[in-house]
Amino acid sequence: MTEIRLPEMGLVVLVGVSGAGKSHFARRHFAPTQVVSSDHCRALVSDDENDQSATADAFELLHHIVRTRLRRGLLTVVDATNVQPGPRAQLVRIAKEQDVLSVAIVLDVPESVAKARNAARTDRDLPEHVVPRQRRELRRGMRDLHRAFRRAYVLTGEEIDEATVTYERSWSDKRELTGPFDLIGDVHGCRAELEELLTRLGYVIERDALGRAAGAAHPDGRTALLLGDLVDRGPDTPGVLRLAMGMVNAGTALCVPGNHENKLVRALRGRRVTVAHGLAESLEQLAAEPEEFRAEALSFMDGLVSHLVLDGGRLVAAHAGLKEEYHGRASGRVRSFALYGETTGETDEYGLPVRYAWANDYRGSAMVVYGHTPVVEPEWVNNTLCLDTGCVFGGRLTALRYPEKEIVSVPAHQVWYAPVRPLEAEPPASRGGHRESGVLRIEDVEEAVETRLMGRVNLRAENVWPALEAMSRFAVDPRWLVYLPPTMAPADTSSLEDHLEHPAEAFAAYRKQGVGQVVCEEKHMGSRAVVVVTRDAGVAAARFGVDDGTTGAVYTRTGRPFFPDPERTETFLARVRAAAGSLFEELETGWLVLDCELMPWSAKAVELLRRQYAATGAAARAALPAAADALARAEARGLDVGGLRGRIERREANAALFRDAYARYCWPVEGLTGLRLAPFQVLAGEGASYATRDHRWHLEAADRLAVADDLIVSTRSRVVDLTGDDEAEAVGWWRDLTAAGGEGMVVKPLGPAPEGRLVQPGLKCRGREYLRIIYGPDYTEPEHLERLRQRSLGRKRSLAMREYALGLESLDRLAAGEPLWRVHQAVFGVLALESEPVDPRL
Amino acid sequence: MLLTITTTARPATDLGYLLVKHPGRVQAFEQSFGTAHVFYPEADEDRCTAALLLDVDPIKLARTRRTPDLSLGQYVNDRPYAASSLLASAMANVFRTAMRGQSRERPELAGTPIPLRITLPALPCRGGPELAASLFAPLGWQVEACPVPLDEGFPEWGDSRYVTLTIEGESTLAAALNQLYVLLPVLDDSKHYWVAADEVDKLVRAGEGWLAAHPARAWITRRYLANRHRLVRTALARLADADDAPDDALDRHPIDEEPPVADPTAAEPGSAEPAEDVAAPPVPLAERRVQAVLDALRAEHAATVIDLGCGSGRLLSRLLQEPFFEFVAGTDVSARAIEAAQRRLAPGLLPRAQADRLNLFTAALTYADQRFHGYDAAVLMEVIEHVDPPRLPAVERVVFGDAAPRVVVVTTPNAEYNVRYENLTGFRHPDHRFEWTRAEFDAWTARVAGTYGYRVRHVPVGDDDPSVGAPTQMGVFIR
Repeated sequence: MTEIRLPEMGLVVLVGVSGAGKSHFARRHFAPTQVVSSDHCRALVSDDENDQSATADAFELLHHIVRTRLRRGLLTVVDATNVQPGPRAQLVRIAKEQDVLSVAIVLDVPESVAKARNAARTDRDLPEHVVPRQRRELRRGMRDLHRAFRRAYVLTGEEIDEATVTYERSWSDKRELTGPFDLIGDVHGCRAELEELLTRLGYVIERDALGRAAGAAHPDGRTALLLGDLVDRGPDTPGVLRLAMGMVNAGTALCVPGNHENKLVRALRGRRVTVAHGLAESLEQLAAEPEEFRAEALSFMDGLVSHLVLDGGRLVAAHAGLKEEYHGRASGRVRSFALYGETTGETDEYGLPVRYAWANDYRGSAMVVYGHTPVVEPEWVNNTLCLDTGCVFGGRLTALRYPEKEIVSVPAHQVWYAPVRPLEAEPPASRGGHRESGVLRIEDVEEAVETRLMGRVNLRAENVWPALEAMSRFAVDPRWLVYLPPTMAPADTSSLEDHLEHPAEAFAAYRKQGVGQVVCEEKHMGSRAVVVVTRDAGVAAARFGVDDGTTGAVYTRTGRPFFPDPERTETFLARVRAAAGSLFEELETGWLVLDCELMPWSAKAVELLRRQYAATGAAARAALPAAADALARAEARGLDVGGLRGRIERREANAALFRDAYARYCWPVEGLTGLRLAPFQVLAGEGASYATRDHRWHLEAADRLAVADDLIVSTRSRVVDLTGDDEAEAVGWWRDLTAAGGEGMVVKPLGPAPEGRLVQPGLKCRGREYLRIIYGPDYTEPEHLERLRQRSLGRKRSLAMREYALGLESLDRLAAGEPLWRVHQAVFGVLALESEPVDPRL
Repeated sequence: MLLTITTTARPATDLGYLLVKHPGRVQAFEQSFGTAHVFYPEADEDRCTAALLLDVDPIKLARTRRTPDLSLGQYVNDRPYAASSLLASAMANVFRTAMRGQSRERPELAGTPIPLRITLPALPCRGGPELAASLFAPLGWQVEACPVPLDEGFPEWGDSRYVTLTIEGESTLAAALNQLYVLLPVLDDSKHYWVAADEVDKLVRAGEGWLAAHPARAWITRRYLANRHRLVRTALARLADADDAPDDALDRHPIDEEPPVADPTAAEPGSAEPAEDVAAPPVPLAERRVQAVLDALRAEHAATVIDLGCGSGRLLSRLLQEPFFEFVAGTDVSARAIEAAQRRLAPGLLPRAQADRLNLFTAALTYADQRFHGYDAAVLMEVIEHVDPPRLPAVERVVFGDAAPRVVVVTTPNAEYNVRYENLTGFRHPDHRFEWTRAEFDAWTARVAGTYGYRVRHVPVGDDDPSVGAPTQMGVFIR
């Protein structure tokens, strides 16, 4: 019985004459979607699977499907005769392009059997000469099969029916190993430092009879992972190999090869290699070892797998790093990338090749840890980390504890080898990780965003474009733009006479959803402002990668800078920083993101006020008295003007109320004098998003800021137990608040969210007078109010929920130290959703 | 919302015959956006005043619009109060016969100039009282226009765009009404709230007998016919709303770079020589800039070119005209600009071989984009000055570091030259985030070239003034 072993990811090419039973074989062993058949493709492009004139188009389609499936990492079986070397070579080329292995399965049946099967088919009329010709072609190319394919199985007779298929994982696939790991950068023969580092990491070194380190084990069962370049340049390459081999053999370490192992293997095999870059030292040191050791070392180094995919695919280790499309793939190209990296083809001022900075473009979800390029400080770039800190050049030997993400290193005992290029002279491409990854790619913002709260949030192209324009022309630097506030829906429209919005509906809505307690927060009327503030420029540079001396940002709900001049932003930030004071220590963070309202409204909206609100008031003041006067004179003449005069006079009064409504939110500002900042949420700090903390905690924090500086004002609030009877009191509070000119209040749920339910993060209840600014001076007239009540809130609610999910997502990503593009993706999503056509009065 | 017409022609009550509205009655006429009331505050032999009071229903107006205009301004706007184009259209509807100059009862009076005094208490007038005077005075009116302050509580906000207008003079009633009909929307210069395909016909009809002789006729016509399109709000307007900004705040996009004041492209103030020895008028700067860019591209043998920030496609159309340029791409962050370029270049109407030379797409220069790759040259013509300085390094990385074409051509204004423009204060365009002196541009090009491995040479564009340099500076980067 033949066992056919196939890679889990790769290309399977069935080979056989017409009537050999390929389709039958494919049906038996593979899922229908795994099989791409030339007959089916022919039918797709011509409606006739026997139409030979459609063959060229059919194969173009077949190749496209094969390429796409392989790119996506799917096992793909090609059901076509494939008896000629040409078409087979094309398929193999596609597999190589996608860096996967290919296997051929030949079904070699006698001509008579094939002919008999073809004769039995009613749907195909094959000319007599075809099968013999195909057999001849098959025979001729049979020898090449083993060269062209990774494996080729030739099945004859009963073997065809009896064959079984088993799958084997690629060598690099070690997803079942979950660690925890200690990943170690380039050792380069620095045995003493390696022993020291292992000891520091908690390993116990085992020694052989001569006292040499020959193994090490961690009492907690951790696994060391050596990232290659164990050899060359340093003082004790054999010692390092002895220790590494001992650990790998004992299962306490894993190892990937580096370019230096690769070259040493070739040298040891007697190939001609240029003896440079420290190879001479290795050869000399190894020459002093017994032949047996050399053989063992050779076989160890030769057997190393280019890269490893670990911990369910969450961790990838490769000496020179690995771009996402190569993870888990197998080809010469993948190996070469993993060992050497890619170069741009240019050389730098030291004559060394300029490396392609693949990490800047890396967008994968797996963490990639690597070495190869010496850096002064390991720095995260898009979820990748280089651990080569140039120990052999007198730097340090560095390890990363995974999953703790903790860096441990020991200094080199001395400069063992003089670097060609000084470590500090590394181009910024590999040093300033943040700066580099500060460049976003268009793909980062074009797609749906995965959120923890709501799963996928889709963005429409027609909303992405305006967001792209607003983002690139008006928004602050994306490194500061870490959050955009979501929109908030109003409570259901009130049915009370005289009201459009009323707290009763908000309470009812939350009660219905099973929320027991809510907090009512005073809604300030100014402009929404997000404040990102760092302790100092050092934190700004280290954490946000902004090194122009700015220490934060103050921006609007669409990401535009609040103040036109950077100086005013900095003085403002200095005040907030000082007021936040001990909050930095308490939260153990060097930075904070605050969600605030900045008053007065006129500070930001003065142009809107002048063009729209004050203008409307001015026109009303000019026109209505004149109209009332004309009507009064007509009435004095004895004309019956009906209700018109009363109506115009009421409108005059409404216009005055309207003017008062907006004027309340306007006062002069000079520099920072006159400005009032009302923070109501401390959104995030280092390592934590606080967005879902109890609102009372947020308000307390805000109160402390308000005490510290009169620039900052606190937010009044009260807690309402929805199961009790303090609702009426809360309504009274709202009434007083709004009667005194307040915008209204926001009702937010307290306590854990009801299981399995998406609850609006807040519902706003705006005051009766405030709403004149929204619905016009006369909206309180009964005939208007009645019509305005017909407003639909569904879209607004859905939008508020999606934006909320994106907002939380961006904060989670920010707090977790995820790469800029991941944070930006969620922030951009909010802006894109904001350009959706939804009634802006809601 | 209010218009009063007073006459002292005896018997003054004949005004009722001319308007076909009885002075003893109060009449109401339903309009699509509210109700127009006509009544007479005074009516006797010596003096008669007719009032047209338009009671706009803002909700009806907002909700009967054909396009879903989701703007905040829908309910809070001046339409219920001001003498906007709504009043003009109500007037045309209610006083139709009078505007035609016809009267069954007083046919002669309809054709006779009579003393008239017309008052509009809240007339939107962008340009202030002077503008109102300059439009009505040439028609023989005595004009009294008082500005209305925005808000007496906030004197620092200044005057509103409204004036209380009274015009007085002798005219036929029909002429007066027609003049108002045309000039109200012209003075308003705001969006029009009614859409019609036959606006030109209406203008010709209403302008008969006076518009042709008006000194500002061209300007009046342009303004009257302007702003008729684009009633649908852009998505950018929605973002502006979200930010408490006027809805066009984000949309003032320089699709084409033409300075608005003292148009520096129109003349070359640097050339002191009169045009005696020059046969043709001076070539506009914009054209000389395009020429300079084309020359640089040809000199560097750049056969495939991407215009980053292509606007409406001025440079693209020139590139397409030259077979030397094998493939041309244009990109802009404004989807509207790309639409304009589509219209200008109309690739759908070009022969396939021509159309295949062009690719247009929306993209932002602050995001690395595979679509920018693979061209011999990239052009940034009058683009960088629209980028906030802190965002400029991102653009540099995307263009010079990531796309990294062999040639990059950058043009930007020379700030030193601005002193040569009369009346220019500030930047040449309101969206400019900076304008550089030659030294500043030199420093920038040197740094960028050094960082990304380019050589750069500078080319002045426009007449090179000995003391302040040329109006435009150009850097040609070669890798």
